[in-house]
Amino acid sequence: MLAMDYRGPKRVRATQKPMPEIKHPQDAIVRVTRSCICGSDLHLYNGNVPDTRVGSTFGHEFCGIVEEVGPEVTKVKVGDHVIVPFNVACGECHFCKQGMFGNCHESNTQSSAVGGIFGYSHTAGGYNGGQAEYARVPYANVGPTVIPEGMDPDDAVLLTDVVPTGYQAAEMAGIQPGDTVVVFGAGPVGIMAARCCWLFGAGRVIIIDKEDYRLEFARNYANCEAYNFEKDMDDPVVFVKKTTDFMGADCVIDAVGAEAAGNAMQTITGRKLLLQAGSTTALHWAINSVKKGGVVSIVGVYGPTDNLVPIGNVLNKGLTIRANQASVKRLLPRLIDHVQNGIIKPKELITHRIPLEEVADGYRMFAAKLDNCIKPLIVFPTKI
Amino acid sequence: MENTVKDPQKLPGWGIDANPENDPTYPMRERMNVSQDPDSKHRPDALQPVDIELLKTIERPNVSAVFGEAAPPTGLSGMIRRFAFNYSESHYGHWLPLLLADRVNVVEGVLEDLAHGHVPNIFAEKGYKVEWEHNRTAFVTKMATIALVTTGAILLLTRDKDKDYKRKKNSYKLR
Ligand SMILES: [Zn+2]
Ligand SMILES: [Zn+2]
Repeated sequence: MLAMDYRGPKRVRATQKPMPEIKHPQDAIVRVTRSCICGSDLHLYNGNVPDTRVGSTFGHEFCGIVEEVGPEVTKVKVGDHVIVPFNVACGECHFCKQGMFGNCHESNTQSSAVGGIFGYSHTAGGYNGGQAEYARVPYANVGPTVIPEGMDPDDAVLLTDVVPTGYQAAEMAGIQPGDTVVVFGAGPVGIMAARCCWLFGAGRVIIIDKEDYRLEFARNYANCEAYNFEKDMDDPVVFVKKTTDFMGADCVIDAVGAEAAGNAMQTITGRKLLLQAGSTTALHWAINSVKKGGVVSIVGVYGPTDNLVPIGNVLNKGLTIRANQASVKRLLPRLIDHVQNGIIKPKELITHRIPLEEVADGYRMFAAKLDNCIKPLIVFPTKI
Repeated sequence: MENTVKDPQKLPGWGIDANPENDPTYPMRERMNVSQDPDSKHRPDALQPVDIELLKTIERPNVSAVFGEAAPPTGLSGMIRRFAFNYSESHYGHWLPLLLADRVNVVEGVLEDLAHGHVPNIFAEKGYKVEWEHNRTAFVTKMATIALVTTGAILLLTRDKDKDYKRKKNSYKLR
């Protein structure tokens, strides 16, 4: 089968690889129909996530048709077209039982901090991902969810990560009706988070980024205010204070993570020297621009090593910091409803369609923000 | 660029998921209380057989019930990774060797390609085609810089000491 193949920082290709096999009675093999490249794939692509091994296949956002099932699979059957949540979750461990499917304890041997994630380095379990013609999907009774009748697979594939992560970012922000929310980062997740803030009753939503085309997109898609931190302001923290009557925002969402721009020291220590878990510029801004007693919600991905985080300010300001990988499975029923009722329109985020054979070009385009790319979708030879 | 928002209450779905009981700890509060879990050590019945070399964090006693097998450790990078897994996840001794192993692994990948008679097409793997299509000026500048630096380095390394000496002598002569 054809699959994306990681060869080293900023070097990937499509290669023939062996077919995946059933390894556990609850496994399914899925023929992938749609797969996305995600902003967090860029951390892998740039070589910033430890234990990203040459020869692995990325891709944690995919849907596909069930081709084969293990003997204990009862919830899906061969021929079902399913959404595959990005987390690998057993559904029965201590954490899954609390709805924390993003924190499953039975899907990752290599780390105890993070659960299993498809195509996301050996630190996240060493699974091959869905940027391939076929993928092995463990715990097929738990994660995979049949795409409802009439739903466009382009909408469905974004329910694997972008929509639930954006939604959970807004949920974790603890928004009260009328609250002012600031979202750092206008990538697909930041845009989705801004859109979802309204569902929790926000009174004002502000998104901050440095790419004008993304801000324009966010303004239209999420109906929010959008500002460029390089052009519209000297200092984002002061800007947020000024625009909130010098109080600070009620809630701030960090949808940037380790690839943040905007601070030279952070770029050098975090992104070039890898001495901390990526550049934490956005997190600094979030902690410093939220009001006292406010909530900071983090969904931007940070690496596992040390961080130069202003933790003293977290204490001094009595902040609540909530952060997690989205528990996709927990949120799917509600989000499917919202998509079917036209409240969230995920597929409008997709700007590019790239054949699997040209995956290297897709990564380059997305990483270098070429051609106003918001969200690239990988399409497969057998189209459905 | 228009930056004023319409009345938020007229946006489709406004406040649909708002919960007046909500506080910043939602949804934790509505989740099962951890201490009430009668069987917190419960594991799935079936376990994936360990038939490949699997590196295991020292922060858990057992192998998780399922695991991925994308790329088992091999070669020198594998040795470094094995070493890294002697340390906990809260230790630099774990993460820094892993990052080093990743870099070594890249070289191993090229050697493996060559050993299989495949010369990797770096230009294609780096996706330079789209860079050329959409970002030409920056791309040309980048490539020219690389070429210049490479040429400079080659000239410097292959400089003939003897010729240098002769050139110096000639310049003396001119004076
Ligand atoms: Zn993603
Ligand atoms: Zn679990």
